[in-house]
Amino acid sequence: MTKKQLMKDPLNLVITGVGGQGNVMISLIIGNTFVRNGYFVTVGETYGASQRGGPVMSHMRISKETQYSPFIPDGCADIILGMEPVETLRMLGRYGNTHVITIINPRPIYSIDVTGGHAEYPDLDKLVETVKELSYQTWIINATEEAQKMGSPMFANAILIGALIGSGVLPLDKKSVEPVLRETFPKELEANLAAFNKGIKFVRS
Amino acid sequence: MANIEIDAPGTRQLFIGNEAIARGALEAGIGFAAAYPGTPSSEIIGSLAQVAKETGIYAEWSVNEKVAMEAAAGASFAGIRALAAMKQNGINVISDFLANLVMSGIGKGGLVLVSCDDPSAISSSNEQDTRPIAKWLDIPLVEPGDFQEAKDMTKWLFDLSEEIGTLCMLRSVTRIAHARGNVKLGELPKKEQRAYFEQIHDLRNLLPTSFMPIPSPLRHFFLHMKMDKAREKFEAARFNQYVGPDKADLLIVTCGSCWLYSQDAVKALKLEDKVGILKLGTLWPLPEKFVESHLTKSQEVLFVEEIDPFLERSIMEFVASLPSTSPRPTFYGKRSGHINAYGELNPDLVIKAISNILELMYQPRDTEYNGKAEAAAKSHVPERSMTFCAGCPHRATFWAIKNALKLDGRSGVVTGDIGCYSMALGPAGFFQVRTMHCMGGGTGVANGLGKLGRFGFNQPVLAVVGDSTFYHATIPALINGIYNQSDFILVILDNSATAMTGFQPHPGTGITAMGEPTKVVSMEALCRSLGTRVEVCDPFDLRGTTATLLELMAEGGGVKVAIMRRQCELVRAKKEKPPYKVYIDPEKCIGESCGCDRLCTRVFLCPGLTWDKKAGKSKADEVICTGCGVCADVCPQGAIIREAA
Repeated sequence: MTKKQLMKDPLNLVITGVGGQGNVMISLIIGNTFVRNGYFVTVGETYGASQRGGPVMSHMRISKETQYSPFIPDGCADIILGMEPVETLRMLGRYGNTHVITIINPRPIYSIDVTGGHAEYPDLDKLVETVKELSYQTWIINATEEAQKMGSPMFANAILIGALIGSGVLPLDKKSVEPVLRETFPKELEANLAAFNKGIKFVRS
Repeated sequence: MANIEIDAPGTRQLFIGNEAIARGALEAGIGFAAAYPGTPSSEIIGSLAQVAKETGIYAEWSVNEKVAMEAAAGASFAGIRALAAMKQNGINVISDFLANLVMSGIGKGGLVLVSCDDPSAISSSNEQDTRPIAKWLDIPLVEPGDFQEAKDMTKWLFDLSEEIGTLCMLRSVTRIAHARGNVKLGELPKKEQRAYFEQIHDLRNLLPTSFMPIPSPLRHFFLHMKMDKAREKFEAARFNQYVGPDKADLLIVTCGSCWLYSQDAVKALKLEDKVGILKLGTLWPLPEKFVESHLTKSQEVLFVEEIDPFLERSIMEFVASLPSTSPRPTFYGKRSGHINAYGELNPDLVIKAISNILELMYQPRDTEYNGKAEAAAKSHVPERSMTFCAGCPHRATFWAIKNALKLDGRSGVVTGDIGCYSMALGPAGFFQVRTMHCMGGGTGVANGLGKLGRFGFNQPVLAVVGDSTFYHATIPALINGIYNQSDFILVILDNSATAMTGFQPHPGTGITAMGEPTKVVSMEALCRSLGTRVEVCDPFDLRGTTATLLELMAEGGGVKVAIMRRQCELVRAKKEKPPYKVYIDPEKCIGESCGCDRLCTRVFLCPGLTWDKKAGKSKADEVICTGCGVCADVCPQGAIIREAA
């Protein structure tokens, strides 16, 4: 059990990315850790059709007091974990505010609209700059790149969970997450734990 | 999926609403569960099937919703508690059986129907509200307002169903079914169950034990007595509650997921001491006395519910029946335009409705920030349209269909159906599909088109259906086409899974919901037995598939079947490594000057291929590409290279 307090109640966490990246996995791990530590957690997720290459987001509402709805009201996100850069900006546009904290994986995933020439993917440096401007604090974590070095882009999820925990924005410590990680990743557990630790290191360096 | 059979009463788990419902069924001592998969309902049977062996229950994926409901009723007739679950469309499929089941009554085993509705049709063809069927057919109806209630209500509903002797219905929506929240576990029963069809008098049905709807007027009369009994139970149900001041400026009447939205909205506006919330968990028959006792809380009443004005109309109807001396509040809701009668709601929409009525200003974030954030998102965030996954066999199938129709040259028509391949209405399937309605509907439509030759119609007709959809509702339409000599090609997209809903097995897969091997119902053997020509293609063989389709169209004269067989890429990738390493040879790729209009990235549009604007060349995205290698056959320059991995 961790002694730290939520910085706000309810704490509103958005996890965003593209279908197939694994945001449901991240919300499950973080959500389960909170429930085991005595919190109320509600998670709203995008499922089904939008999973197929569409934008996906998980809204997580964490409270010591009560069960909140699975929707964060507009303009009320406290933390945004962005697995893809334009999706991070999409979320800031709707849920961001002057105190929002952002963790961003700057690896683009191009939509068929961009590839097909019907839409423009913004310049990456400018995009990251805009995310910084719209956030109170921003951590840039090259999760996909580092995961590929480890052998699979899927390790990006554990790296980002590590970054989220390592940043200290949640009242959870490394020890409280590890048992849930162990249950969630029966396969490739060691690699995922290594990725998780890397994430913690990146965010603190 | 979470483990719903964990024997740890009192502990709190993080469950999606569907898992909570499944757990409630286990705690109720359910013995039988059946469903046809459909988002957002699938995890109810999915999670029960996962623990079926350990818990000694039976769970199945039925061929369609109607069979699932009938099978569950069969179990109830023999004294076993049974549950059928489905998405909103499934309720239409079972409605004929339901209309008769409510008359016949159920057996000794409680019988619960779960309908998961999908406001905003996030993963559906429509956003139909299924609550009205409860009113239409006289079915006791409840709706959970959170995850704990999803579990508790399910358990309670089995007791109620048994006590009254009628089918009971639980309605849920996507934001409960597929959202996650805290659930405190109860005890799991430990008693053995024995099934026996009793041939004796059942007092609850007031007639000898023959499950039938006749004599109809008498059974109908009995059904109304059962509904009166349900109303009595509902009046005292703990799932109905009021929170707020004794005298409120505004009374919100709500149910389901809107209970959470309403609480969020009242908190966000800091109106806890001014706005009251009357939350109903039991919706039909309306707990009239309970409602009446709370309507006095305010002169202004706002109904907050999704899709149809179900509570709004039922309560207005009830108020109209009260003596003229009773207080008449002003009603706000869908009729007044304060709440949309379409699309799902959320806390912001409820905040807007309350602010509108009470004339309040609400501003969640700094004005300057708001302007900057909205402008940045508007100018820098490109669209992200849905598409088939990288490596999806459907993309290859529709590529072959598109080319075959072009080569045939008679403006062939493709009728569509329900599944991942519904996306073929858009760029994912090159806009080839022209109709999409309900399970099996496309083949029925093709039956009509294929009989119009006498009116000069000479366009070839292709009906595309998924493998699971084929078993669900296509077979009667296929037989009709053969019997009535219609002229169309049935194209079955066989990816060996009910992919859209989570890869559930079906009769063609040789495996049951509980993971046991079973007989394969071969679609080609079935079709051939009907005396029709059947061709089996590998959609990744683009040339061969196109040629087969062209040949079938040219042959004409009757119903033909083409099976496109290739496993769903998401299923394959879980078991195997990618077959190829795919890359672009920049020397060969001629970019924008490609005579075929950048066929790979502008038309074929697999998300595994991207366009390197700076270099003016196509590029494989190694994070997304699954190495299927089909695009190598699409590039006219031979610039896409696939090497055995």
